[in-house]
Amino acid sequence: MPATDRTATGAAMDAPHAEPHGSLGVAFWATLKRDLVLLLRRRSEVMNPLVFFAIVITLFPIGISPDPQLLATIAPGLLWVAALLAALLSLDSLFRADYDDGSLEQLLLTPQPLALLSLAKVTVHWLLTGLPLALMAPLLGIMLALPAGSYAVLALSLALGSASLSLIGAIGAALTVGLSRGGVLLSLLVLPLYIPVLIFGAGAVQAAIFGDGVMAHLAILGALLAVALIFAPWAIAASLRISING
Amino acid sequence: MSLRLQARNLACERDDRWLFRGLDLDIRAGEIVRVEGPNGSGKTTLLKILSGQLAGYEGELFWGDAPMRRAREAFLSSLLYLGHAPGVKAALTPLENLAWYQALAGQPRDESSRMAALEAIGLAGFEDVPTGQLSAGQQRRVALARLLLTPRPLWVLDEPFTAIDRDGVQALEQRLVEHARRGGCVLVTTHHELTPCDALRRIRLGPGGDDAGH
Repeated sequence: MPATDRTATGAAMDAPHAEPHGSLGVAFWATLKRDLVLLLRRRSEVMNPLVFFAIVITLFPIGISPDPQLLATIAPGLLWVAALLAALLSLDSLFRADYDDGSLEQLLLTPQPLALLSLAKVTVHWLLTGLPLALMAPLLGIMLALPAGSYAVLALSLALGSASLSLIGAIGAALTVGLSRGGVLLSLLVLPLYIPVLIFGAGAVQAAIFGDGVMAHLAILGALLAVALIFAPWAIAASLRISING
Repeated sequence: MSLRLQARNLACERDDRWLFRGLDLDIRAGEIVRVEGPNGSGKTTLLKILSGQLAGYEGELFWGDAPMRRAREAFLSSLLYLGHAPGVKAALTPLENLAWYQALAGQPRDESSRMAALEAIGLAGFEDVPTGQLSAGQQRRVALARLLLTPRPLWVLDEPFTAIDRDGVQALEQRLVEHARRGGCVLVTTHHELTPCDALRRIRLGPGGDDAGH
C-alpha cells in the first residue's frame, strides 16, 4: 500500500454532500448484474430447483399409474405444486450469502432505497428460477400426458405466477435471514400466501384443458403480480431492516 | 453543514447487561476516534449504533444539528462503513466487487478509478482474480479499496487492520491521519496500537471506561 496515490478522495472531500442522487437506475442495474453473474458462476444453485422439478414430475407417472387419462386430470395441479415447491426451495438462499459476507449490511447502508435494490435481487431470483421453471414445464407436461393446447397457458401461468411467488417468498426470506435455520419457518410463513397463486395458476391450465376461457385466471394472476410488485419490495426492505436490527 | 456526529446519553443493554450507559460523544471533522475496550465490551455494537444500523439503544443521535432520524439520508451519503465481515463476494473479482460498490454509492461506472484504487491498496495484478482465491489480507484490502474509491467524509471502520501485514497497517494508518487532516472524520476500533497524533482521541468502553455505567 504505497501512500503516494491521489485518488478521488481529496477532491470530493471539500463537498461531502455532492452525492449524485439521480443514480437509482445505476444501482438497480448494478445489483441485478452482480447477482446474475454470481448465480451464473455458482450454477449448481441455479440447477437445484430445476432438477428437483424434473425429478418430482418424472416420479409421479411411475408412482401412480402411467394411465394417460388419470395423469391428464392431475397434471395441472401436479406441475404447479412441484414448480411452487421448487421455487420455495431456492428462496432460503436469496439473502443468506449476502448476510453471511456482510454485503447485506452494506446494502442497508446505501443512500439508495432498499426496496428498489431488493427488487433487483428478486428479479434475478425470478429470471433464474421462475422463468426457467415456466419454460421447462411444457416439456414435463408431455410426460404427464398433458392435453395439447394447454402448454402455452401452462408456461404463461407459471411465468406470471412464479414472479408473484418470488416477490412474496422474498418477504419470508428477508424475515428469516438472521435465523440460522430459517428454512422451515420460511415455508410456514410463505405457504399460506402462495395458495391464491396456486389456485388461479392451476385453474388456468385446467380451464385450458376443458376449453374454458383462460383469460379470467390469467388476469387474476396478473393482478396478484401487480399487487405483489407494488407492496412486496417495501415489505422486503422493512423485513431486512428488522432482521439486521434484531 | 458541518461534519459533526453527536450522541447524548447513549445506552445499550444486551442480555440483561449494560454494555455502556450515559455515553456522551461529540465527534467533529478532523478527528480520529478510537473506540477501545476488551472483547465483548460493545465496540462493534457502538459502531453499529453510531452508523445507524441498530435500533435497540437508548439516548439520542445527532448528525450535524438534526436528529439522526431526520438526517438519515444525508448521513448515509456521508458514511463509509466497513464492518467485521468485509462485504466482498468470493466469486467476483476485486474489480467487479468494487463496481457494485461504485454503483451503490451513486458514482458513475469508471474502471480506471477502480484500477487506481486497487493499485493504491496493493492489489495491482490481482484485479481479475476471483476474490475467493486471494489471501485473507488481500480480501480485506479489496474492502479497504473502497476508502479510496468512494469519497465519503465519515469513515466508520470495525477492525480494519485484521489480517493486514505490518506495512499495510502503517500505510492504512497514514491514510486515516491524512483523511482527518483533510477534514474527514474516522471512527475506528482496533487492537493495534495507533501512533499518537493530534487528531487521535480515545473512547474507552468496559471497566474504567468513559461512560457513566461503570
